[in-house]
Amino acid sequence: MIIGSARDIVEENAVPRFVFTNLPLGNPVGPADDPDQQRGVLRLALALAESATHAQTTVQAPVVWHGRPDWQDTFMDTSDAQALAQEGEQRRTDQAAAKTATPADTA
Amino acid sequence: MALTHRSAISYIDASREYYAAQGYPQPYKWAANTDAPLTPLPRPLNELRVGVVTTTKRHKDDPLAPFADSANPAPERMATDHLHWHQEATHTRDLGAFLPLDHLQHLADTGVIGSVSPRYYSVSTIYSQRRTLAWAEDVRVWALEDDVDLMLLVPL
Repeated sequence: MIIGSARDIVEENAVPRFVFTNLPLGNPVGPADDPDQQRGVLRLALALAESATHAQTTVQAPVVWHGRPDWQDTFMDTSDAQALAQEGEQRRTDQAAAKTATPADTA
Repeated sequence: MALTHRSAISYIDASREYYAAQGYPQPYKWAANTDAPLTPLPRPLNELRVGVVTTTKRHKDDPLAPFADSANPAPERMATDHLHWHQEATHTRDLGAFLPLDHLQHLADTGVIGSVSPRYYSVSTIYSQRRTLAWAEDVRVWALEDDVDLMLLVPL
């Protein structure tokens, strides 16, 4: 049984049973500080464990997100292409420097 | 209602586009399968022992290798800052949102499930699917040792 929020990744994997929570990554069982919704998701998962008759059964949990409404637009946002390109360049530079550093440099 | 984008984010699409924009044109090749086994529950829920696998660790600098640790009492917090999740939208100070050991204990106390496994299990998310499969075998052995009937895999 998987309880998770990355629907496509889990479903492309093909799993026996999947409870999908359409929430920001980090709160797969239910919104933080909302124990009632978390318990509801767990009860749904247990019910699915009992009732599923076919593998790859997905059930979408009826969770309600009360946090920032634009969460789906703000994760891995690619609107600032120039900044992202610079970040990537910086990382490659850092990684190359780390590779060539001698032990004395990193001690 | 109408829409122009999927209501559920495609993380495969989002991560491919994000890393391409950073100058990594070779996309990650995600694990993919066309079928899965389904094992019926061996007994009614109220006779089953339930376990949880998390992708979080106790401390940021712990080794990547999987581990099993006591579920009772449940840990007060887990290390998540180094992981990839939506840190601008939510938080992980509430373990009930991703490692629900206390909720499961309540379900055991009220007779909905039989019991909670004495240990929870941790498997870090890494790029190597070969290593992840080897780690899955570790968890399988621990689950057998702990007589787990039903395992909840809860990736952060």
